[in-house]
Amino acid sequence: MQSLNGGGGRLTPISAREDAREYADVIARPARIQQAYESALRNEKWRRAKRMYALYLLFLAPLAILIIFRYVPIYGIGIAFVDYRYAKGILGSPWNSFDHFRQLFENPYFARLFRNTVIISVLKLVFGFPAPIILALILNEVQSSAFKRTVQTISYLPHFLSWVVLSGIIIEMLSPQRGVVGYIYTLLGMEAPVIMYSQGLFRPMLVVTAMWQGVGWGTIVYLAAIAGINPELYESATVDGANRLQMAVRITVPSLIPVIVVLFILNVGGIMEAGFDQILNLYNPLVFEVADIIDTFVYRRGILERQYDYATAVGLFKSVLNVGLLVGANMIIRRFSEYGIW
Amino acid sequence: MASGRAFHALHPSFGSRLSRGCMYVFLTLFALSIVYPFWVTLLTSFSTVEEVTSLGFKFWISEWSFGAYQFAFSEYGNAQVAYYNSMYRTVVGTLVAVAMTLLAAYPLAKRNLPARNLLTIVLLITLFFAGGLVPNYLLIRRLGLIDTRWALILPLAVNGFYIIIARNFLMTIDPAYEDAALVDGAGYPSILARIIVPLSKPIIATLALWTAVAHWNSWFDALIYIRSERKIVLQTLLRRMIQQIQEALLGVDRFRAIEDLPTLPTEAAQAALTILTIGPIVLLYPFLQKYFIKGIFIGSLKG
Repeated sequence: MQSLNGGGGRLTPISAREDAREYADVIARPARIQQAYESALRNEKWRRAKRMYALYLLFLAPLAILIIFRYVPIYGIGIAFVDYRYAKGILGSPWNSFDHFRQLFENPYFARLFRNTVIISVLKLVFGFPAPIILALILNEVQSSAFKRTVQTISYLPHFLSWVVLSGIIIEMLSPQRGVVGYIYTLLGMEAPVIMYSQGLFRPMLVVTAMWQGVGWGTIVYLAAIAGINPELYESATVDGANRLQMAVRITVPSLIPVIVVLFILNVGGIMEAGFDQILNLYNPLVFEVADIIDTFVYRRGILERQYDYATAVGLFKSVLNVGLLVGANMIIRRFSEYGIW
Repeated sequence: MASGRAFHALHPSFGSRLSRGCMYVFLTLFALSIVYPFWVTLLTSFSTVEEVTSLGFKFWISEWSFGAYQFAFSEYGNAQVAYYNSMYRTVVGTLVAVAMTLLAAYPLAKRNLPARNLLTIVLLITLFFAGGLVPNYLLIRRLGLIDTRWALILPLAVNGFYIIIARNFLMTIDPAYEDAALVDGAGYPSILARIIVPLSKPIIATLALWTAVAHWNSWFDALIYIRSERKIVLQTLLRRMIQQIQEALLGVDRFRAIEDLPTLPTEAAQAALTILTIGPIVLLYPFLQKYFIKGIFIGSLKG
């Protein structure tokens, strides 16, 4: 599950040169031989690089795109620390150190942004995180494999659609004039609320629709982990007279703990991501009070109002907080268990 | 799991049957909660105005109409232009991205390439650090790519994660194929094109599908980079229509002037555009499901 560290294990460079040095230390080979050996290695490497030059040429085009579209924006974070003038660039703009950050913390709006971001994302974590685990456990109890496969296939669908599409469908479903939700309220003899404009209902709506979108896809990892559990555990439990519920609680869930821990840490690391795509497509000025998050604020300030420096600072503040949360969550979990993402 | 089923056959107690029944009911309702909204959207897209505005569950409509699709493809709807642009960015964007991925992955897959570790680190850094919204936007602006299709294609052309996945796949190819070609005097570019690419079809298909879906569903880049109507993509066209309807309704709620909205694109038009937008995804769904699920495990195995 360490997909995010991108195969870091292969990074340790144990070059022939280091080997040679270590070897030389051990047998106290004369320095002259050592030098000759190293220079021969260098020459060999140089010749090899020359012989394989075409490979470097192949790498050139992707490298150029990588540098322009990935590294230049990292340099662009510097915008957060200057009084940015577009025509002059970062280096030509006057330095103002942490002024934008101070401005952010002094902004009365900031508390609201921070609160909304954290509340929405914690709600999503509390309700959305266990949901795929529970769904996976239920799916695992289904005997008919055709039924199970059908439910799974259907449940993945929202994962493949953009929040633009989903927001249109959700807005229609929740409409008090046409939607099913309005109808259900009417059946119960109540007046249907306009959920999209309701400050009380908007956040629950975000949580429920995010769960609806992600729960099916989320089961895949857990179902794979369940499939990997040693069947002998269930066999001996059956011999001991355990029922299905007991087996689920005593065998299946404990076996899932490592996966759960890793995914939980990653989720905590993303707690400042309350769901930009979802919220930008669903919110409206009537619910800004409860739904305006840091990301949507950065978009409005940075792109719509062109306050580039300030918006970059706000975005940077969020990213730094995210890294801190990820490291913190990992440290705490490491302290109390043997699991962690590094 | 197969064995789990066998155990259960030994325990058909009443309680477990009851809870099993509950599970089936729950799963059926859950599946319906996903299918029904899409089914209603399909019905709405073929509905007349009167039928759209009726309240309640809808499973069928009595009168079918193609008006919404006619509107979508009219000069006001602009759907044909948006369809072309979405197709363009998806096809060209995927070709460019797959080509760049292979060009980067092939050298990195060579264990004896000097400076290979350095190049890999240059790549890996991009997985952990990113500039963020505003620096990315300013870069596109400074490059003069605002309102060009390249603004949608180039930023998605190089993905460090995909390159690592492709590299790991290429490293499993038997070097004997290449050695034979090298002895025959073939250069690396022609080996890549003639030997490696044909051997890498499975990974190319996987990465191409991922990229294509990302392009098709991508809307935010088009929202901030594309200005002119003739370059609009489906996602932003649909988003604009949804927003217009919402803003108009917001106005209605405030001012109670529902009669003032005859020119408003209707819910049926929105539904039709939604169906057009999700069409290709649904058609390719069996493939998508298979390759995306495979992707989860490619991603986690290499860690």
